[in-house]
Amino acid sequence: MSAILFLAQRTSAFVLALAVAIHLGTILYAVRGGLTAAGILARTHGNIAFALFYGAFVIAVAIHAPIGLRNVLREWTPWRGRSLDIALALFFILLLVLGMRAVFAVFSA
Amino acid sequence: MSEPTLHVDVWRGTETGAFQAFELPRRAHQTILDVVTEIQREHDATLSYRFACRVGMCGSCAMVVNGRPRWTCRTRVNDVIEAGEKLRLEPLRNFTVVKDLAVEMTQFFDKWKDAKGYFEPGAQPQPDFTVVPPAAPERQAADAGIECIGCGVCYSACDVVAWDKDYLGPAALNRAWTLVNDVRDQGYEARLDAVSAGNGCQACHTHMSCTKFCPKAIAPTYSIAGLKRAVLRRSLRNVL
Repeated sequence: MSAILFLAQRTSAFVLALAVAIHLGTILYAVRGGLTAAGILARTHGNIAFALFYGAFVIAVAIHAPIGLRNVLREWTPWRGRSLDIALALFFILLLVLGMRAVFAVFSA
Repeated sequence: MSEPTLHVDVWRGTETGAFQAFELPRRAHQTILDVVTEIQREHDATLSYRFACRVGMCGSCAMVVNGRPRWTCRTRVNDVIEAGEKLRLEPLRNFTVVKDLAVEMTQFFDKWKDAKGYFEPGAQPQPDFTVVPPAAPERQAADAGIECIGCGVCYSACDVVAWDKDYLGPAALNRAWTLVNDVRDQGYEARLDAVSAGNGCQACHTHMSCTKFCPKAIAPTYSIAGLKRAVLRRSLRNVL
């Protein structure tokens, strides 16, 4: 793993550690009295703080997961080189697009 | 009273082969290397193994003893097995086996070169002697890793080497770390490039097997962590 990938993975891990804790804490807090999909969307619709937080969350996931997966594949399979890097760059784009699409859908619903 | 018998299974062959059983007298203070030497001299002269100094300096006699990599000249039989248990001797893991207990060390030492694990004096000689206070942090960090004898025990114990044959390994990275901390050395940037390539220090999983088994009580894991920090600092400097 190159120094830049190492830095990107450690930095995204730091963001994820905070984001996952906030995400889980919010879930526990929000559902304590029961919550419906309509109730969630009512809170998230047009909420800039929500969109920024989950946008950052998605970016961190999209960076972190492909780098980790690349390490696992390099260690456990003979797959190396440019084709592996391209496949995982596509995986990065897939996670980013799907994640941002979900954030946007809940923000703008 | 007759001497107790020591039962020893010894790997015979190369990558393929089988264990051969030997019986010899179990003696007080007998080392694993004593056992191998006695087998070769008294039982089977075709047994291949490697040793030189017999006193823990040369790093040539390492083998896997009952599943663990060890320096055999400084390991007593009594430290490995209880009375009645068997000894099981194999060549070091993660190396190509030449024959029986002797392994090919070329790749291991080539990786020291790949990690730039050699002193780089620079184009111009230093104008004067460099004063290196023994208490200086760099000197202390280099001291912690400098006593490596190149025995290959850490390399044999490393899971990452087993997964990725290109990984530089604990010994080469430890040597690089001692040189990163050598204030006279002029190869800092090139060395950080070498140890942060795809097969370098960031591939370490911090399993600490190298540190657990190093017969010289060196902690290559901490040396590798030091390299990671140095590379990270440089990356941040370049990014910011």
